[in-house]
Formats: sequence, structure tokens, C-alpha cells
Amino acid sequence: MTSGTLLRTPLHEEHVALGAKMVPFAGWEMPIQYRDGIVTEHRAVRTAAGIFDLSHMGEVHVRGPRAGATVDRLVSSDIAGLEVGKARYGLLCNEKGTIVDDVIVYRLEAETYLIVVNASNAAKDVAHIRRHVGGDADVEDASLDTALIAVQGPRAAVIMSSVTDLEIREATVEDLAPFGVVAARVGGARAHVARTGYTGEDGFEVFVPWDRAVGPWARLLAAGGALGLRPIGLGARDTLRLEARYSLYGNEIDETTDPIEAGLGWTCHLAKDFIGRDAIAKAKERGPDRKIVGLVVEGGVARHGHQVVHDGKAVGHVTSGTFGPTVGKNIALAYVPVALGKVGTELGVRIRERDIPVRVVRTPFYRREAP
Amino acid sequence: MSTVPEDLRYSKEHEWVRVDGDVATIGITQFAQDQLGDVVFVELPSPGARVRQFASLGVVESVKAASDVYAPVSGEVTERNVKVIESPELVNTEPYEGGWLVKVKLADRGELSTLLSAGDYRSHIGDTAPTGGD
Repeated sequence: MTSGTLLRTPLHEEHVALGAKMVPFAGWEMPIQYRDGIVTEHRAVRTAAGIFDLSHMGEVHVRGPRAGATVDRLVSSDIAGLEVGKARYGLLCNEKGTIVDDVIVYRLEAETYLIVVNASNAAKDVAHIRRHVGGDADVEDASLDTALIAVQGPRAAVIMSSVTDLEIREATVEDLAPFGVVAARVGGARAHVARTGYTGEDGFEVFVPWDRAVGPWARLLAAGGALGLRPIGLGARDTLRLEARYSLYGNEIDETTDPIEAGLGWTCHLAKDFIGRDAIAKAKERGPDRKIVGLVVEGGVARHGHQVVHDGKAVGHVTSGTFGPTVGKNIALAYVPVALGKVGTELGVRIRERDIPVRVVRTPFYRREAP
Repeated sequence: MSTVPEDLRYSKEHEWVRVDGDVATIGITQFAQDQLGDVVFVELPSPGARVRQFASLGVVESVKAASDVYAPVSGEVTERNVKVIESPELVNTEPYEGGWLVKVKLADRGELSTLLSAGDYRSHIGDTAPTGGD
């Protein structure tokens, strides 16, 4: 794909001014890192705060009197039980019980649900959602009207609160519970603020109108500058999520993987009917052949697609791998046979034709200490 | 603008060579380390290994990806930089000094003439601004 065909977020010029390296990602031109690099950005999020432009992600609104029941049928998790002002992680699956995408559903109002989907799947997901919703609710693809800014890290709350006014006067954004979502003004722009993220830290995601994104971005950067807030690119977003053992679509999960083997059985509310439910229930009953495990690699960096070996035989593959700046080790996630998935098991990863020793470890690789 | 010391020779693949007698010290350039980003792992041949000009010499891995390092000259490896194996970030912080990779006993001094001068390398990376010295 040439750069001429890539989409740009409303914060494109801000990234360039901040010295970002822009790269193609899922049809978008996105910052992979800024001047000081991925490791510095990663550490800023763990110790202070980082601000991310996630405007490439897709936002789909489902509205109407039957919106709740409709989204409940689309998404694996318990959406019928989701209160107004709350969000929940879940999966879009197909009838075969494999994963179309992983999403977060936000119940913004009684009859308004926001589904946030991966940029790489946005077109596919919108088609999937429209096909299954039919005439039961209104579906609006708001992806190109909605900018998304995340502020993540131990200082995210204090930075956010300095530029945010909630519609409920007596509350501050610091009081927002994990997975809560509220209407607010952020840096002067009308917004929804959610206490969600993808880094393993406390943090917020701010949905603002596309053409109002620069104000909140600039105000947040200015407010956080003295507190160590840095802009964070997709490179550190990946190392942060991997340390926290969050799945990435296209790596750990896709339309060939089912939620059980992916370790996402907890997102599947099997007591209700949803697309893929029967196949997933069967997969759970049968028990998976393989599972995702965490690996620590000594003497190399395992990467997506590398083979996992045992007794000289290929037994699985690495789904994601990198250097984890906070854990200080080369870490990876991989599919291996269940029998080889116990913590402490010694395996190998084939890196450049050599089998490098790896050990199965507990995940997440990194867990934030309770505040 | 990238630092390109005058006294080194360069490959188009962004390695540098410093010649001292018949020993060449090899590393990757400031431009290369900047393109790679944070280096987290290096894989280098042991002393005694023979390397061939423009064939893979080792691997430098950044957070993002693995990249081959190509031997800018042929010869026998006399030493590898143990410090850079322990602290790969030296490739980023001191690409021309503490971040060197291997020393090679030159097999053919004539190969040096196939490498780029500092000026030619600057043009190669599209860096037309004058360097600030090094």
C-alpha cells in the first residue's frame, strides 16, 4: 500500500511535530514511536503516563429499544447485564465459534451502545454487525467521526482530572470506576471518558468528535508535561499490552482460533444465546488441544510465526514476542499442546534455524501493584 | 541529520569499518541504529569464524524486528564485543565507539575500495546537511 492511500487521523500533524516515525498500519498512517524510542515510552507509561492516538480504531453505535438484546446476541460477554455507564470486553464470533474480533462494548445510554473494534477489522466487523442486526436496531459506523485518545499510567487520573469536567458536577473523573464510562468535556471538547485501556495500567480512553481532537490532545499534553506524560506510539502499545498478556487480533486470536484455546473462555457467557455459542460450548466440553502460554526466551527474541519445538519437533508457534522493558526479559506468547503448557516446562523456539531454550512462565508477565 | 565520521568506510547496508593495520572494527551506523530503534539483542560470530564480504555477519534485534548485519569486509573474526552482547543499547548510544560489534582480520584490503567514503555514505542516506564533526 502506498502512502497516498493511507488514512490520517486528526492528530497527524501533532505527531509529526512531536517527531513521530509514521508507518502504515491497518490502512492508516500511524506513529510507531516518537523521538526517544519505544523503551522510553514504555517506561513512561509504567512509571508516569502516556498519551496515545487511537483514532484509527473503529466505533460502531447500535441504538434503539432492542439495542441491548441485539448487542447481547452479537457479543460473547454478558451485555444484557451491562448497566448504563459501564463497559465490558467481549468477542464477536462466527457460527463456527471462532473469533471475528475482540471488542469493548460501552453502554452510553439506556438504548445506545458503542462497540469499539480493531482498525484492521473495522470494515469486516461493520458488515458482520449489520448482517446480524438486520432491522432490530440502528447501526451507525462512526469510525471516521470519532477520534480516540488514551491516557494511561499511574498519573493518568490526575492529568485527566485537570482538563475534564464531568456532566455530573459533584463527581470527578478520578472517581470513575474501572470500566465506567461518562459524558464529559475534555479540553473543551464534548467527549465520553471511559476508564479502560490496553496497557496493564490505570487509565482512560476519551472519545471525541473527529474535528475537535486537537484541543483535548494539546491540553492533555500540556497538563501532563510536568508529570512525565509522553506521547506513545504503536510500538510501545504492543510491548505494554504483551507484558500485560492482552490478546492482539491477528496474533493470538483470529478466525482460526476459538476463545477456549485463546484463554478467553471467561469472556463467553454460555448461559445466553450468542453467535458462536453452541460451537464454543462444545469446544469447552471437549477441552482444547492447545493453549496460549507465556514464554521467557534466553538468548534471542521470539517473534510472531516462529516455531515452538519440543524434542526437535515443531509443536506450536509463537503468536507475539518482544523484549519486555519492565520485566527486563525477552517474552513471548505461543500456542502449545496443552500437555506442554505447564508452568516450568522447558521448550525451544526456532530462531534463525537454531532452537533457543525457552521456559513456560505464568502470565501476565507484568501485573500492576494495587494502588 | 546523522553523524557520519570522516575516518570510516561505509557499506550501503549501513555498516561502518575502522581499519587499524590489518584489523577492521565493524559496527552499524548512527543512521542504522536510529532506523532500528532500541536494540535489545545482538547475535555475533565467535572468534575464529570466517565472514565473507556482504554476507550475513550477525543479527541486531530491536524491540520491533530482527535485522541482519552484513560483513562489509571478508576475513577472520578476531574478537567480538562482549560488552555489546551484555548491553545491546550501546549500539544506540555509542554506535561508533562502545557499540562496535566485531573485529575482523582483513582477508583482502582491496575490498575496502568497494566501500563508501563518509561523503558518499551521506549522499546514500540522503543526508546533505554538513555534519557537525565527531
